[in-house]
Amino acid sequence: MDLTLSPSEEEFRDEVRGWLLDNNPGAEPEGSLDEVMAFRSEWQRKLHGAGWAGISWPKEYGGRGATMIEQAIFVSEAAAQEAPSPANVLGLAMGGPVVIAHGTEEQKERYLEPILTAEEIWCQGFSEPESGSDLASLKTRAVKDGDEWVVTGQKVWTTFAQYAKWCMLVARTDPDAPKHQGLTYFLMDMEQDGVEAKPLVQITGEGEFNEVFINEARIPDENVVGGVGNGWGVAITTLMNERAGLAFGAIAQIQNSLGRLARLAQEVREEGGGSAADDAYFRQKIAQLSIEAETMRLNAYRGLTKTMQSGTPGPEGSLGKWQWADINQGLTELALEIEGAYAPLARGADHAVANGAWQYGFLRSRANSIEGGTTDILKNIIAERVLGLPRMR
Amino acid sequence: MYFDLNDEQRAIRDTAREFLAARFKSERIREIAASEDGTDEAGWREMSELGWPGLALPEQWGGQGLETVELAVLFEEMGYSLAPSPLFSNTAVGLALAAGGSDAQKESHLRPLAEGTRRGTTAFVEASSTGTPGAYGMEAKTDGDGVVLDGEKVLVPDAAGADFFLVATGDGRRHLVDAAAAGVTVTPEASIDQTRRLSSVRFENVQLGPEATLPGHGADWEPVFDVCCVALAAESTGVAQRTLEMAVEYAKDRQQFGRPIGSYQAVSHRCAQMLLETENSRSAVYGAAWAAGAEPQSLPRAAASAKAYASDAGWRVPDASIQVHGGIGFTWEHDLHFFLKRGRANAALYGDSRWHRERVAKAIFAGVAPPAAV
Repeated sequence: MDLTLSPSEEEFRDEVRGWLLDNNPGAEPEGSLDEVMAFRSEWQRKLHGAGWAGISWPKEYGGRGATMIEQAIFVSEAAAQEAPSPANVLGLAMGGPVVIAHGTEEQKERYLEPILTAEEIWCQGFSEPESGSDLASLKTRAVKDGDEWVVTGQKVWTTFAQYAKWCMLVARTDPDAPKHQGLTYFLMDMEQDGVEAKPLVQITGEGEFNEVFINEARIPDENVVGGVGNGWGVAITTLMNERAGLAFGAIAQIQNSLGRLARLAQEVREEGGGSAADDAYFRQKIAQLSIEAETMRLNAYRGLTKTMQSGTPGPEGSLGKWQWADINQGLTELALEIEGAYAPLARGADHAVANGAWQYGFLRSRANSIEGGTTDILKNIIAERVLGLPRMR
Repeated sequence: MYFDLNDEQRAIRDTAREFLAARFKSERIREIAASEDGTDEAGWREMSELGWPGLALPEQWGGQGLETVELAVLFEEMGYSLAPSPLFSNTAVGLALAAGGSDAQKESHLRPLAEGTRRGTTAFVEASSTGTPGAYGMEAKTDGDGVVLDGEKVLVPDAAGADFFLVATGDGRRHLVDAAAAGVTVTPEASIDQTRRLSSVRFENVQLGPEATLPGHGADWEPVFDVCCVALAAESTGVAQRTLEMAVEYAKDRQQFGRPIGSYQAVSHRCAQMLLETENSRSAVYGAAWAAGAEPQSLPRAAASAKAYASDAGWRVPDASIQVHGGIGFTWEHDLHFFLKRGRANAALYGDSRWHRERVAKAIFAGVAPPAAV
């Protein structure tokens, strides 16, 4: 048992830390999403220039070929220093790895470089209005027409579709096959007449995600990834990659939030003159969240050790995603509880506590137990695949 | 970075699992639980042959010299099997002697304790006190070059088979008192957990020579206390693991409305929650156990986190297992109640979850960072 870094890993951490200290552009602009995306694109170009974009990708494809521990170090450091997110998150975390794992040489040649440079933004077309947790029931149809496919259907919760050049699209190519087998994974050009993205306004008032209406859009045959009928398997690798890569960044973010929560408690005065940090009830709750964050971090080390031994992330990763959602929501709920009567006052209000940051966090974190696999579905996965309980009905 | 057991630690776990499963079948646990004083001499002799009393004690004094991680591995198995044994209290005394005893005391008390030929237990908590760690207010009155103890200690574990007591006094000192000394009276107390007996012990004008008082002081006992917390948290993790497994097995077998109850999300999601709590406990325990040896400055917060988390999980998981089992889980005939009781009793020993969360809160507000690593 050893929870320390090797000398070369420490050197890597120091290099990451030093580079971020010199280059981190800091907080994102508070303007429109267009401005935010321009800022993130600029940041991603800087990351790429220094070789920090796609660090998990093999060197031959423009990545750094970093080990799993180095990846964990990088995302932890970036989160600890509150560096912004790169513009092409989905391309880097999912699109690129899928093309590398399942794509043809021509696809690798065509798509990988513009993902790294943020020249082409990627989005993910999986969920549909009628197919959420039951993804394999999706109805978007792709019909062969010469050396093209003609696609019609609707996708939803498509993050950054309004900025995307490419969509990782899963569509039904064989309506007669069992539901998991008739699916194919495509790369669909978003810049064509048959595709329309309409932003959906979220409960925070922002519009990161979209509905995508697809009406006889055309996809050339060479944009099939992993073979016709293999879409489910390709999509699952994508989701596993998404979950495994983000854990350590999420953990570092939670550590930051805990620090902010402790400062909030010290600042908020209570009846009788003390601060919320003197209140036994709040102390208990902050400590419990801190303990849970610590168990999440240690679970992630155990998961990392296991993945390094076996080569693939196991279903245990679902525990971490579930726990992350609980803790993140718990943190923001407690912050509003500490703010007490001032809890409704949001960003921009003269008397808002901490400039309304926790109000935004409280609302945004409601999605944590839904996005990337609902907590309810994660519990099913754990029950069936970790505990071996019979399939739910 | 390698956060898992190594081959040697796995071997300790496997040996313990096998031995304890054979030695402590349900009927045997019930016999011991129903017996007059709860002791099991034969079981203790066998554990002594395996070297368990001295597992984490110095080799120089008859122990095996292993670390807190190995101790946690063993105690997780003790909880898993629900072995009724004085191993925990004996280990607590051994760790204190190793940390703050004189060479003469180590020769007279630690060596036989590590070898399993003499048993010790801790008499710390003062009667009528809050019962929290540190509420040890008995006075050690100076008497010539020794001291006199006069008062009552409560919540003393495994007093029936103990050869000597390690008695805490309010001045931060620890004293060795022979169980047969004049003025010592042991009174068994009824406890919900009949697999680890608790007693009160009266010390009436017990006169001790200078050789009885350990030279160690206040700060010497802190790491000992934290390692004991880790061992108890490990035991509670084993309790949770075992009752989780019982629930999963039952949920696969038991049919209602024509199918296994484990196919209903009301049941399967409860089991998933039990797994989450069990795995979190285990991670917290091994994180703290690792810190004890490799990063002692982060042991206090890590041990507090582990004890707080496992104290809750150690009874909530058995409790959830009873719910999964339905009526049969509430019967005396089923073993689950023994696990619930051990888990709940463990939660109260060495500081409950509320007490340890307050320790964590103090560290947070003092700006102490959690352990570093990545």
